[in-house]
Amino acid sequence: MIGLLKIAFKLLVNDKGKFAALLIGITFAVFLMVQMTSIFAGILQKASAVVTNIGAKIWIMDPSVTTVANSVPMPDYVQDAVRSIPGVKYAVPLYSGGATLKLQSGVYQSVTVLGLDDTSLLGRPELLEGNIEDIYAENGFIVVKDSEIEKLENPVVGTVFELNDHRGVIVGIAKVTNNGLFGIPSLYTTYNRAIQYIPSARFTSSYILVEPKVESDIATIKQEVANMGYLAITDEEFCNKISNFYKYKTGIGTNILFMTIISFVVGLSISGQTFYTFILENLDKFGALKAIGAKSQELVIMIVFQAAFTALTGYGLGVGLCTLMIFLAKMRLPNYASIVTYTDLGMAFLMVIIIAIFSSYIGVRKVLKIEPFDVFRG
Amino acid sequence: MANTAIIARQLVKWFGEGESRTNAVQEVSFEIRYGESFFLVGPSGSGKTTLLSMMSGILRPNSGSVLIDNTDIWSLNNDELADFRLNRIGFVFQDYHLFPRLTTVENVAIPLILKRCDWDEAIEEALKFLDIVGLKGRAFLPPVKLSGGEQQRVAIARAMVSQPDILIFDEPTASLDGDSGKKIMAFVKSDILNEKRCVLVVTHDDRIFEFADCIMKMEDGKVTAIEKGLAK
Ligand SMILES: Nc1ncnc2c1ncn2[C@@H]1O[C@H](COP(=O)(O)OP(=O)(O)OP(=O)(O)O)[C@@H](O)[C@H]1O
Ligand SMILES: [Mg+2]
Repeated sequence: MIGLLKIAFKLLVNDKGKFAALLIGITFAVFLMVQMTSIFAGILQKASAVVTNIGAKIWIMDPSVTTVANSVPMPDYVQDAVRSIPGVKYAVPLYSGGATLKLQSGVYQSVTVLGLDDTSLLGRPELLEGNIEDIYAENGFIVVKDSEIEKLENPVVGTVFELNDHRGVIVGIAKVTNNGLFGIPSLYTTYNRAIQYIPSARFTSSYILVEPKVESDIATIKQEVANMGYLAITDEEFCNKISNFYKYKTGIGTNILFMTIISFVVGLSISGQTFYTFILENLDKFGALKAIGAKSQELVIMIVFQAAFTALTGYGLGVGLCTLMIFLAKMRLPNYASIVTYTDLGMAFLMVIIIAIFSSYIGVRKVLKIEPFDVFRG
Repeated sequence: MANTAIIARQLVKWFGEGESRTNAVQEVSFEIRYGESFFLVGPSGSGKTTLLSMMSGILRPNSGSVLIDNTDIWSLNNDELADFRLNRIGFVFQDYHLFPRLTTVENVAIPLILKRCDWDEAIEEALKFLDIVGLKGRAFLPPVKLSGGEQQRVAIARAMVSQPDILIFDEPTASLDGDSGKKIMAFVKSDILNEKRCVLVVTHDDRIFEFADCIMKMEDGKVTAIEKGLAK
């Protein structure tokens, strides 16, 4: 058996032109597909960055919220009502909104401001410099050290700025777990300072963060909140909601899907076609093998092996190339949104398996049909 | 007297049905003995290849039987038949059908590989047979680098490598010039044929008739003459 596979391998690899064409077809398809889907996955992950960074178990919001940044303020009574739901351990407000800073150089810069509940500081970041208590200091703000921080002219503890005629001071520098999507810096402050400094509509809390007493209370909390006309979802559900918004409401998802399908079809046709010519070229030899005494199943094994070998090699090259690209891109652009997820890899794998099955199917069909008698007759 | 190798009984083969039916082989019977070089000659379309294919387990006859060492080969199933061909018959096709992407020695080793021999042993054995046909020096070239006569010899080495007792040649000299054709046949006659083997040759080429022990003539699917005990 090993000898047969060795023959199959040599027939394939020694035909350098065709083998290269096969590999290019599959590598290209895998590369495009993984690349597309990783960029998308990267965007989605970043879009939910705030949710994961804050880390609250349950988020309460207006039902029309689509992404974290587009919060719809809720009246204060909602918070009180939520607190009285049995099963709620605590419920605190979160402010999330945009603001414009005037930097020391006089330059204006947009930022995202997150206002944490004054008493609990729920969702507080991990600090690289400074103490979390300093957030209570006069005009205290904490800046997130992400790839956008340089837009604030590289602030350090003590740097001052202006925010709607209020003075602001950087009192700490926070570590970032996930970068945001929008390419603007993020600041943390207290909830009360946020609503005081940033003018807003009558209603103020963007989100209410809830910790349930036990996991099993989540269902009741959801129900109670729904009765009030608001939406309570877990952090995971919120991330999915945001992902779905980008996938289905923005056109990004559809485009990525199209590109993926196109790369699949292109890969399939290049490799299918090339493999088919490869089989055709060797068809009389396969017929001769049959005449000599090769059994049909042996020929099938040879062909499936050839198709599988090419597909897997192409898959490896494609994924490798993609990883390299992302690595290089991230070296230059630290905020390059792209993550290779196992789902993407699995999908690409499924795709090459389909290509391999398709190619071997057409090859096998051809080879099983050939009559050694026809080879004899020339 | 040598033993009978192959007995063909009342072989019939037709192609197509109704109006377009061709009776390629009609009730042909004959015997081939070990040690014999048996030539099948006749005009184009007379049914030589069809008959040869039925004799070697490649084409199922419509009726009649082929007995090889008392086994009716057409009573075997497809896999048994494949094994039978692999173990007992060596084929030399008119167009050689050598894999251009394999080296000469790998091509020769194929029947052994199919018999599940170890790769290195198969290559070693194939080298021996390439040596016998005088092509050891070409072993690691691809067959396309060889001349037509050399490729023919490679095909012969491949047919012989598994030491079959029946060798089948279809038009072995059709694409060779007279001299090379004669050389090949002289080689087959002196170095390959022995009392445990027989050679069945289909040919148009009367220049090689001198190498035949027995010549069977066919026309329109029927045997018209058998001449025995020709060469010495
Ligand atoms: N697969 C087939 N379908 C239809 N007719 C066939 C088929 N194979 C052979 N024939 C017919 O059977 C007859 C015998 O063919 P065969 O190939 O055996 O002749 P041949 O003696 O080998 O001729 P040649 O010397 O040209 O090779 C021919 O008339 C041919 O057209
Ligand atoms: Mg013929």
